[in-house]
Amino acid sequence: MSASTMPAQTTADIAHAYRQERAKRAKRSAVLKHIFLILTSLVMIYPLIWMFAASLKPDNQIFGDLGLWPSEFQWENYSEGWNALPVSFTTFFWNSTVVTVLSVLGNVISCSFAAYAFARLEFSGKTIWFALMMMTLMIPYHVVLIPQYILFLNLGWVDSYLPLIVPKFLAGDAFFIFLMIQFFRQLPRELDEAAMIDGCSPFKIYWAIIMPLSLPAMATAAIFSFIWTWEDFLGPLVYLNDMKDYTVPLALRSFISTDGVSQYGPMFAMSILSILPILLFFIIFQRLIIRGIAMSGLK
Amino acid sequence: MASVTLSEVRKAYSSMEVIHGINLEVQSGEFLVLVGPSGCGKSTLLRMIAGLEEITDGTVSIGDRVVNDLPASQRNLSMVFQSYALYPHMSVRKNLAFGLSNLRMPKDEIERRVADAARILQIGELMERKPRQLSGGQKQRVAIGRAIVREPQLFLFDEPLSNLDAELRVQMRVELAGLYNRLGTTMIYVTHDQTEAMTMATRIAVLNKGNLEQVGTPFELYNNPRNLFVASFIGSPKMNLLKGNASGLGVDLGGLGTLSARPGTSGPVTVGIRPEHLGLNQPGDLAVEGTITLVEYLGSELFVYVALADGQSLLAQAPGNAQFKRGDTVSLGFKAGDAHFFDAEGLRIEASA
Repeated sequence: MSASTMPAQTTADIAHAYRQERAKRAKRSAVLKHIFLILTSLVMIYPLIWMFAASLKPDNQIFGDLGLWPSEFQWENYSEGWNALPVSFTTFFWNSTVVTVLSVLGNVISCSFAAYAFARLEFSGKTIWFALMMMTLMIPYHVVLIPQYILFLNLGWVDSYLPLIVPKFLAGDAFFIFLMIQFFRQLPRELDEAAMIDGCSPFKIYWAIIMPLSLPAMATAAIFSFIWTWEDFLGPLVYLNDMKDYTVPLALRSFISTDGVSQYGPMFAMSILSILPILLFFIIFQRLIIRGIAMSGLK
Repeated sequence: MASVTLSEVRKAYSSMEVIHGINLEVQSGEFLVLVGPSGCGKSTLLRMIAGLEEITDGTVSIGDRVVNDLPASQRNLSMVFQSYALYPHMSVRKNLAFGLSNLRMPKDEIERRVADAARILQIGELMERKPRQLSGGQKQRVAIGRAIVREPQLFLFDEPLSNLDAELRVQMRVELAGLYNRLGTTMIYVTHDQTEAMTMATRIAVLNKGNLEQVGTPFELYNNPRNLFVASFIGSPKMNLLKGNASGLGVDLGGLGTLSARPGTSGPVTVGIRPEHLGLNQPGDLAVEGTITLVEYLGSELFVYVALADGQSLLAQAPGNAQFKRGDTVSLGFKAGDAHFFDAEGLRIEASA
């Protein structure tokens, strides 16, 4: 009898020791993992912290003082920066808002139209058009920059927002189209068919069925479109010449003067303000993405 | 209510023909079931009637109107899909009303119809829910509700019960039959489940590889199958088939004996006998000996698998209280009148005693 209980105890002891050892190892690896992640995220976020610190420092301290903590908090950088340029930042933010809102609208509407056609409608040459569309993904923007500029120059659109906005309404971004095609394709076709029997035209199917069920894809496209347009520098630089038409990134560039003294403090202050809309937009639409994912449980 | 007429209907995908010229008349007010193994083209045929699939050749008429080029929404029909295809982002009420509001029907009429459907299908308390908050059976009810609010002249069902569990399927089958009796509208119902076909149909159309094998009442199909395919497809458990040779004297079943029936032809034939017509240890016009290899007990009845001396296997049905066990030697007797005969091409031949 004692012979049979002894091994049982030993087994329990071994198991206990093993469990303890395993728990210890798990704890150690978790600590290491966290240290690594915290360090990496510090590296990632450092430029942002530095910029925020710089936005509160007097100009002469920004590059001279290595410490992050400002010797005195110069909140005036914000109020001064807002009006430091010949045109107030109210105008720049308004310009950026107009261009960005219209671009986001244009991209989401036109790209989802194109994606719906590719995903659901039958038309001749569909595969060829699809291949052509995908090929445009591989052409860098800088390659088409000059031909595009000449085109818009001939149209008399230079010095206006039209070159920045109109192309967005023409389903010009293959990335968004592709993203949406992939999303539409996973919606069951029987929904379209049920809607067809319920008397929907192809447009009504898109509008009443596909579109509401594709909110996650739409939100993703909207977020990226917003970020890319808001922070776009090259497009506005090429097409906008008058300072009162400038968007925020272009205006920030104007703080750096080639001849006189650059106002770095106000520039960093405005830079901080310029990223707030992106942050806000992301927070709002991120919720939508999560809701959308929860909604796509069809069966 | 409307009749449906298919004449020489064909369907081809690029050069692959999948429906080979089907002629079918569905009478007004009839419950026609399209049945066949998977891939036989029954769903394609239904979708062609619905207007979801183009018709390669031939004509489809609903009532006296050729509908080949009419969009689905103008064919005055409703369809219930296998996956229900409820709009996930709309409440049950909106799902029901969606088609009606597309027809620009007045609001109070829509409300009346939706309320009617909810009452008939007992889904009144589900009206504000979204489809994802419904169980399978409830989704099925809503899908049927969406079909009946339109008060169409034709209902199409594409395997509507195949996503339900067995118990619910039986219940919904009864409800669908009740709905049919209540509405009396023409219904075309696709299924691969022959129990559904047999129990609900006024007439059944059996399809195989894009061809119509036979159309008839369940009784006709069961008792007078036109060919081997229908004979073995209809009936559960399946009909037993034995190879034989017909001559003026009768049908010689190899080593099993000679059946004293005279089909009009001579040469190789297939003899079909349904499991319930094989009497275990009972006399008949012919009795064959064999050994039981498996007994399946279903409560009310037994399925007894018997291996014959020549290697063929027969399935016989016995009452649930019968005592048989594996390894028993039994004799299977049957009447010549219960046997079905098919020629070398598989077509039915009538035999005289």
